[in-house]
Amino acid sequence: MSTPSKDFKTNKKKKFFEVWIDEDLCKGCEICVDFCPTKVYENSDRINRRGYYQPKIEAEEKCTGCRLCEFLCPEIAIVIMEKQQ
Amino acid sequence: MSKKHPLLKYLREEILPTVFCPGCGGGTVLNVYARAINELGIDPRDIVSVTGIGCSSWIPSPYYKADTLHVLHGRAIAFATGVKIIKPDMKVVVIAGDGDIGAIGGNHLIHAARRNIGLTIFLVNNSIYAMTGGQVAPSTPQGVPTTTTPYGNPEPNFDFTQLAIAAGASYAARWTTYHVFNLLRSMKKAIMKKGFAFVEIISQCPVSFGKMVGKHRASDFLKFYKESSININKAASMKEEELKNKIVVGEFVDHDREEFTQALRKINIKAQGLSHQADQ
Amino acid sequence: MSHSEVRQKYLNQLSGKTLFMQGDAACAYGAIYAGCNFFAGYPITPASEIAELLALELPKVDGYCLQMEDEIASLAAVIGAAWSGAKSMTATSGPGFSLMQECIGYAIMTETPCVIIDVQRSGPATGQATKPAQGDVMQARWGTHGDHEIIAIAPNSVQECLLATIECFNLAEEFRNPVILLTDGEIGHLREKIVMPDPDDIKLTPRRIANKGEAIFGGNLIPSMVEFGMGTFVHVTGSTHKESGMRDVETQSVHEKLVTRIYNKIDSNREKIIRVEKDYIGDAEHGVVSYGATSRPARGAVIRARKEGKKIDFLRLITVWPFAGNEIRELGRRVKKIFVPEMNLGQVSREIQRFTDCQVISIPKIGGIPHSIDEIYKVIRE
Repeated sequence: MSTPSKDFKTNKKKKFFEVWIDEDLCKGCEICVDFCPTKVYENSDRINRRGYYQPKIEAEEKCTGCRLCEFLCPEIAIVIMEKQQ
Repeated sequence: MSKKHPLLKYLREEILPTVFCPGCGGGTVLNVYARAINELGIDPRDIVSVTGIGCSSWIPSPYYKADTLHVLHGRAIAFATGVKIIKPDMKVVVIAGDGDIGAIGGNHLIHAARRNIGLTIFLVNNSIYAMTGGQVAPSTPQGVPTTTTPYGNPEPNFDFTQLAIAAGASYAARWTTYHVFNLLRSMKKAIMKKGFAFVEIISQCPVSFGKMVGKHRASDFLKFYKESSININKAASMKEEELKNKIVVGEFVDHDREEFTQALRKINIKAQGLSHQADQ
Repeated sequence: MSHSEVRQKYLNQLSGKTLFMQGDAACAYGAIYAGCNFFAGYPITPASEIAELLALELPKVDGYCLQMEDEIASLAAVIGAAWSGAKSMTATSGPGFSLMQECIGYAIMTETPCVIIDVQRSGPATGQATKPAQGDVMQARWGTHGDHEIIAIAPNSVQECLLATIECFNLAEEFRNPVILLTDGEIGHLREKIVMPDPDDIKLTPRRIANKGEAIFGGNLIPSMVEFGMGTFVHVTGSTHKESGMRDVETQSVHEKLVTRIYNKIDSNREKIIRVEKDYIGDAEHGVVSYGATSRPARGAVIRARKEGKKIDFLRLITVWPFAGNEIRELGRRVKKIFVPEMNLGQVSREIQRFTDCQVISIPKIGGIPHSIDEIYKVIRE
């Protein structure tokens, strides 16, 4: 019987993700900023045309694709897409 | 430049963005619900959404794109009963709030659970009558000031999940809008359940309820949900004092018994003298 | 429109039979003749017999009959079933009718075809629970809040109960509106001879289903309908809505257009809907106008008075709402007095006064006992 973890580590490739926010829908509730486990988002001073403060995608490369922000977003404004290598 | 989420095709896109307040848990419920239908591969043409009056009722009416029956305050489950009996093969889903289903609609909730009619109920519990400005609800914790309990709520609140279980629900679960992944799993189970399926979703209202308890940001509520929730398996071995002010989440009940429209069909078969088909 | 095989077979067995039954039972059979396949109700004297008979018979024609937890849930389930394609009905009496008012308003606002039977009993409140009255006439017209029209029919015999119930279903489909069968405990519990009609002689108004893209809540005066499961993603709401069904409570003209159109569906078709029974002698000096159970002793009183040489016209309202204002105007121009016997304190007599300047004399009677011929005769012969 092989040791799975060792094999798993050597075969694993790091995945990268694209983070998209639809500015037309975002209401600046800051849930994504507060709950992203790897701090991809930050608050910013930028407002959209409706007057809502938009989050800034500060560190897209840190996104692990957990999709917590995508699921939590009350406006379905966030799209996490796996980058094709 | 931005990308639109493919889930948005399940909504009546032309009226977006929603009228939900920024950070409203109702939006998260809509998000997870659309995901659930999508992952189950259900055609929205096979769904009837029935809803009442209140912020949570806006989730299906007008946002979720399906045959929608937006009815009177509290009566969604009664209307849905008529729908399900005539259209037993459609998924009849009721999404409404704690005041709607739990106060004025309480009687319909318990009888539908008793009958075990194959409805899926998502009770979105934000502990307040939010749409009308923040009046006390049967879900508002004791002591909380509201517009109609300015000296603090003198009443204890319901445990809706236990109510549904006692009334006979085949599936009963409670999650919060923080537990999005668990909620997705439960919503899928509830939609596919043959009998009466009930999911209580504790949801943040940063505006009408938030101002009563001094929490003005959705994240403050979600943090509270994360820290105060205890899984039912763990809670089973805990004492009552330990569970005070905690939110017990999880799948409470999941069993099967004869669904109501099946019982009605049996009657029709019997009445028409087709007794040889009665066992099918 | 043909019945299903099962229903056709059932009705063929009844066809032509002479039976002896209560008015309530005739209402139930009328519903079956009309194609009703969903009934939801709650026990209440004197209407329970309708539910009891349908509980036995509807499953035989593949319909569903159930007892809900209260009257509100009953009419709610009826409306939900209607939007799922069913021809649905409920039956109740005064206290239940009071509870159903919000749902009646909902059915009107969403233009849902359905039938509500109110077997009137003595009120207010619990009143004389088992005794007849005609006290819900104004409530049938205005019980639910907001501006609306309504159709209400008052049968006066067991035979008419059956036929009027069918008429209610037909009017509901034609005008996409709830229709009330305003019967009373006297007719409901009265047992009489009835001849069961041949189902092939009964004309049924089919439900008009909309074509793709057709507006469900506007466009025409009476729009076509859809049912759930047709893939139309119809949005049915009790809020003010646009022709598409989508909510718009902000725009004044949307509300005005919607509520006025719903009102006009019935208002502009009054003459088509209203049915009366006239027994006019041509040179009458007085008139008697009555409806429902009271029309029977009223007619007896008119016959007796005529034997004595009194010249009296007799008008029976079959349709109570919309009100037969034109008939009243015409009668009022010719006669000196109009007598209105009713088992209430003068609800229709008040309405009659609106349409005529001639003297209107109410002959009210409450307390659960219908007028006797003598009681009415004594008043009209003076």
